Amino acid sequence: MKKYIFETKNDTRSGFGDGLTELGKTNPKVVALCADLIGSLKMGDFQKQFPERFYQVGIAEANMMGIAAGLTIGGWIPFTGTFANFSTGRVYDQIRQSIAYSGKNVKICASHAGITLGEDGATHQILEDIGMMQMLPHMTVINPCDYNQTKAATLAIADYQNPVYLRFGRPKVPVFMPTDTKFEIGKAITLQEGTDVTIFATGHLVWEAILAHEELLKEGISAEIINIHTIKPLDREAILKSVSKTKCAVSAEEHQIIGGLGSSIAQTLMINTPVPMEFVGVNDSFGESGTPAELMIKYGLTSVDIVKKAKTVLERKAKFATL
Amino acid sequence: MTSYKKNDKEFLENMVSQVRRDIVRMVHQVNSGHPGGSLGCAELLVALYFEIMEHNPSFDMDGKNEDLFFLSNGHISPVWYSVLARSGYFDVKDLATFRKINSRLQGHPATEEGLEGIRIASGSLGQGLSVAIGSALSKKMNKDDKTVFVLMGDGEQQEGQVWEAAIFAAHQKVDNLIAFIDANGRQIDGDVKDVMDLGELKGLEEKYKAFGWNVLTCTNGNDFDTLIPIIRQAKDLTGNQKPTMILMVTEMGNGVDYMMGTHKWHGVAPNDEQLELALVQNESTYSDY
Repeated sequence: MKKYIFETKNDTRSGFGDGLTELGKTNPKVVALCADLIGSLKMGDFQKQFPERFYQVGIAEANMMGIAAGLTIGGWIPFTGTFANFSTGRVYDQIRQSIAYSGKNVKICASHAGITLGEDGATHQILEDIGMMQMLPHMTVINPCDYNQTKAATLAIADYQNPVYLRFGRPKVPVFMPTDTKFEIGKAITLQEGTDVTIFATGHLVWEAILAHEELLKEGISAEIINIHTIKPLDREAILKSVSKTKCAVSAEEHQIIGGLGSSIAQTLMINTPVPMEFVGVNDSFGESGTPAELMIKYGLTSVDIVKKAKTVLERKAKFATL
Repeated sequence: MTSYKKNDKEFLENMVSQVRRDIVRMVHQVNSGHPGGSLGCAELLVALYFEIMEHNPSFDMDGKNEDLFFLSNGHISPVWYSVLARSGYFDVKDLATFRKINSRLQGHPATEEGLEGIRIASGSLGQGLSVAIGSALSKKMNKDDKTVFVLMGDGEQQEGQVWEAAIFAAHQKVDNLIAFIDANGRQIDGDVKDVMDLGELKGLEEKYKAFGWNVLTCTNGNDFDTLIPIIRQAKDLTGNQKPTMILMVTEMGNGVDYMMGTHKWHGVAPNDEQLELALVQNESTYSDY
């Protein structure tokens, strides 16, 4: 069993910002656009160091998406930066027509995703973005779990000729992935091996899944923890391999249960190996103002909720076995 | 006095006649599509592709060191497809597949099927100006001194994104960009001034001037002697720190008498008799597909 510890906390958006600055140095084709949120998106260093490859577009996200699509014509690799809410729902038609359907190599980088945006409240706490973006043909959807993985993902998507939605967040969270993390798009990472139940987690919920693993172990339950950083294309092979061993699953994500990672995993399981499954996510409601920690508890997104769902699914598995 | 540097005016007039035939035959064949706006912009697209633009019909998506054209009002795809085919981007026989299953000539322009000449999907209105701006910025960064052209509808000016893009283009001094508005005064539900008034030609001129653009008015976009000098004038304005707008007055349905003077042929195909009537008015000059 591996032991995951963290010495520092950092925000995933800083992983994006630092990755982008590194790309500025290593990839002369990378350009960045921001809709009046340079500080929030941690794009200030890129802007300072590569002003000739940075565009401030003002509070005009639809225009930003169209410009990004146009910039690809001629070989540039645009990274757009704004909040996840304004990166998806607000500009869905622009992304659909000018980026996804047109097959444009645009990287849509979205911060402040999910409920941990906190005090700003439900207007800004988008919990539907994974669903919207994974529905789009040609779109790749990535939701890394900590600073190191977000930085690695930012570097990886520059070399990947496809439209990408990269989702990350606002609060400082444990940094537990190794600094030399290599990011393979579409390749799930097994963080803990286990035999009783598989927990598939993405984004901020990966750390909660690691905590849940420790709690379950105290009760003699062996949970396999898999980090699904790429929601689309989904690593079906890794999912089916794990579930063939554990025979039950829990998904965990900072997103609506409807249309998120869990829905996609359930679809995969249903087609191949139907097993009992439970979902940790927001249950068809909007969020509200509060601290990230308070909101995670109120909306059922902590390790405690994962442990509960794991126990429920294990009970169902036991019943399933006697059928 | 216009000098037609590449070809004579007769060639352009003959090409327009053929393009009009292509348009009405294409929409008739599938009983769907948008003939009105297509006919109104036939002279513009013929002028751009056969007289103004330096472009390469062997087609490369990046279009480096070429003038590029984007069609924002994608519903007038018939005119674009016809002109692209007649310019050598793809076989004119492909025009017979317009809007049919398994065709590369989708109802609205798309890149998905790899149709040469198309660089972005359009149809959902209001997006083309932003895309053209991105392409123009790309050219600047690539030290490519060619020009980006984009066509929008006048009704399309009701889309908010157009004005986001207009602000940006002036702020960023996107001066390698020439935009056109097809000012035919009509949209699906009626005349633009009744549906959602933009102040007609004067209103559009004032709006774009206030947004920091050069604005030129072409009083008859269906007449090469009026249209081509204005486009040349706009070309001369590139590099002067401002984007340029050409407000181009056209007649929707131009060249087919019963389609002119009304918005009713925006998205309606002619029947067999009406097709014959349209074809009689436009001679086959470069042979039908």
